[in-house]
Amino acid sequence: MDLSFLATQALSGLASASSLFVIASGLSIVFGVTRIVNFAHGSLYMLGAYAAVTIVPRLLDVSYSPWMFFLGVLASAVAVGLVGVTIEVVLLRRIYRAPELFQLLATFGVVLIVQDVVLKVWGPVDIPGPRAPGLRHGVEILGERFPAYEVFLIVVGPMVLALLWLLMHRTRFGVLVRAATQDREMVGALGVNQALLFTATLFLGAFLAGLGGALQIPRVPASAQMDTAVITEAFVVTVIGGMGSVPGAFLASLIIGQLQAFGILVFPKVTLVLVFLLMAAVLVVKPYGLLGRPAAAGHAVAPEGILSLAHFGRTESLLAALAVAALLAVPLIGDAYTTKVAIEVMVFALAAFSLQFLMGVGGLVSFGHAAYFGIGAYAAGLLATGPLKLPMEAAIPLAPVFAGAGAALFGFFVVRLSGIYLAMLTLAFAQIVHAVCFQWVEVTGGDNGVVGVWPPAWAGNREAYFYVVALPTLAAILFLRRAIYAPFGYTLRAARDSATRADAIGIDVRSHRWLGFTLAGAAAGLAGGLYAFSKGSIDPTMVSIPMSVDFLVMVLVGGIRTVAGPLVGAASFHALKDFFMPLTDFWRLFLGASIIAMVLLFPRGVVGAAEGLRGRMRRRRGPAVARPA
Amino acid sequence: MSLLVVDRLNKRFGGVWAARAVSFSLEAGELLAVIGPNGAGKSTTFGMVGGQVEPDSGAVVLAGEAITGLPSREIWRKGVGRTFQVAQTFVSMTVAENVQMALVSRRGGTRNLVADTRALHREEALALLDGVGMRADADRPVSELAYGDVKRVELAVALAAAPKLLLMDEPTAGMASKERAGLMELTARVARARRIGVLFTEHDMDAVFAHADRILVLVRGEIIAAGTPEEIRRDARVKRAYLGETGTKAALRARREAVAP
Repeated sequence: MDLSFLATQALSGLASASSLFVIASGLSIVFGVTRIVNFAHGSLYMLGAYAAVTIVPRLLDVSYSPWMFFLGVLASAVAVGLVGVTIEVVLLRRIYRAPELFQLLATFGVVLIVQDVVLKVWGPVDIPGPRAPGLRHGVEILGERFPAYEVFLIVVGPMVLALLWLLMHRTRFGVLVRAATQDREMVGALGVNQALLFTATLFLGAFLAGLGGALQIPRVPASAQMDTAVITEAFVVTVIGGMGSVPGAFLASLIIGQLQAFGILVFPKVTLVLVFLLMAAVLVVKPYGLLGRPAAAGHAVAPEGILSLAHFGRTESLLAALAVAALLAVPLIGDAYTTKVAIEVMVFALAAFSLQFLMGVGGLVSFGHAAYFGIGAYAAGLLATGPLKLPMEAAIPLAPVFAGAGAALFGFFVVRLSGIYLAMLTLAFAQIVHAVCFQWVEVTGGDNGVVGVWPPAWAGNREAYFYVVALPTLAAILFLRRAIYAPFGYTLRAARDSATRADAIGIDVRSHRWLGFTLAGAAAGLAGGLYAFSKGSIDPTMVSIPMSVDFLVMVLVGGIRTVAGPLVGAASFHALKDFFMPLTDFWRLFLGASIIAMVLLFPRGVVGAAEGLRGRMRRRRGPAVARPA
Repeated sequence: MSLLVVDRLNKRFGGVWAARAVSFSLEAGELLAVIGPNGAGKSTTFGMVGGQVEPDSGAVVLAGEAITGLPSREIWRKGVGRTFQVAQTFVSMTVAENVQMALVSRRGGTRNLVADTRALHREEALALLDGVGMRADADRPVSELAYGDVKRVELAVALAAAPKLLLMDEPTAGMASKERAGLMELTARVARARRIGVLFTEHDMDAVFAHADRILVLVRGEIIAAGTPEEIRRDARVKRAYLGETGTKAALRARREAVAP
């Protein structure tokens, strides 16, 4: 490793830092003003790249000059900016006051829709872009050739930073953006047209995402996987820099660019892990990021989660017993396919229930619950197929142990944070697990995973395996339910309702949350282990973001304010998915639209909506009875 | 030995002294009020005694034991109950459950995974609620109560650990005037009966002069006067800095009404 090599490595680190900054600054500005973490920011970046590979070649046909190239890039960014405006007007405007979880999910709905739209419009094949005229050569740096376009990119970052600084400090719009970032309520109280401000902010944020995407086309082809890859990196940058802080995003981009450029030399497989470890370390020392500040305290909102612990009356107990009996009878009366679906429903019900334990009871919105499900699945699968060749009877009980250990490790950091930072950190940890499963090919089989995770002969047929799943899942669900009503669950709820009060009656909030996180992780791990043996294989989709989102949707479909909701949610969501997915090429579009519709129409879920209806009917009936004759 | 001894507490936020050489002591069964204009450092002083704010220097001694800088949950275990300016309760629980939680925590049972919480220490919780006149509302959700009643529940929660010292940050803030007098009378009665020391801050001078045994006046982080309500009312510096002429009259009237019947 000589000096010139290190220099070019540092320069390419600077170039990727620049690109990352352009994208992340948009995300940060949008968050600062709207307080929404826009998952769809990565989709806007992808749209920027696709727009550019469509527009730029046409312009270059007209006249082959650098000006045309950059005109095309800017036009793409403006087009994406307009898409951002549409998203704001149609969706975001309606959910500014919704809980964070709903906002995250709604913007993830946009991600799903855009993915299918991109596939439909541009097809599944990657589209390479043209190289920039005038910047196709290489420049000599200490004897090494370095692409001129990368040098140009290095300049773009500071240029965008300077322009943003001017915009923020020299224009009325910029002043309002900064004011709203500090105290949104106050800006509203001063009579500023918030709708216009928010729409304009979304345009700026989407423009920057589109610009970031469009600038990439000479380096990487436009592809349908660009969105999720970039969004996690952009999240990490904004979280490390401090959400809402543009200079913070710049600083964090520089650090991450260099970390990746040099990390790849030392640990070629785990650069992503290094980045996430940096994020975890920063958040523990500075919980609001390097240059971030805690937001002004808004108006108090009721905690999102289980608000009243209704105990089962006789009717409910009877209904629950009937449901369990009907479930247990499925293999006896149903066909093989129904039995397979029922097995999956039970597995997902346990996973969703454990997530509800975390969110509805503990108030900890985990955006990466698939991590613990996945650790359980991989632990069980690898113990059974790896060098140990453990039998299923030993592998499945070890799944929750491994998942619980993983949750304990990650949870140690997670419980130090709250709100959106907590959600981001859980997401980051899930991505670490995903990266390990994906990249550690020798052990995990990488993208293909590992096959041959089969139960022993006695549990080989579906009917027998059904009962292998039914017993532990029912037991675990009953146990978790019991814990919700027990002092431990009450303590978690107390800490969620008022951490100040909990602390003032001697409760160590952090250690209880940590135990709760571990317990929920272990339960999800048990579900994962059971799932692995039902599929006969393990693969990285079990640890992916879409899996985490599925769990969240199950909880929301059922209703986050009810104890039993997630079970109903898991059953209805999985059954629907299983039914519709083979019928349509647009499953993601359909799912995304459903998530958005649900957030807008039924924020309290199916069970919540049913309870609301019952309450309304009771109230309507109530006075009629009480009225004197 | 005094129940609480606060010795030369200092706290700076940037260039501002929120508390400067604050010293005082409090006896068992005594009500000590801390008054002063906004930003005088009342809440900071309070936070340093209760464990929410760490002092830069100085000492807090409770019944002979130094508790300076301990986290508030540890301070609670040493016998300090606390209420907040904006009542802090567990809004998803019933009145009784709020008190039961404090009792569960006191007995170290918060990690129990199987017991039915509603049945734990229920009689004891009802007795505590009885003491603050809230027994009849035990099974209502705390979120349904009027604010004055929430404050009573908070007092019952604070009393659940059989504290030696009660810290009350503006106990009557946000309440209707009739409710205020009731809550302060209740507090004074309970404190004197159980020999609990009460340290409270208050903006309502009626409440302060009617019930406090002694008063500390804090201005810009420093104690400018300390004494009985009578002495404070007459103190010229306090008049200038805080009470003003009309305030002094109101104080006199409040004292008369409290002493006369």
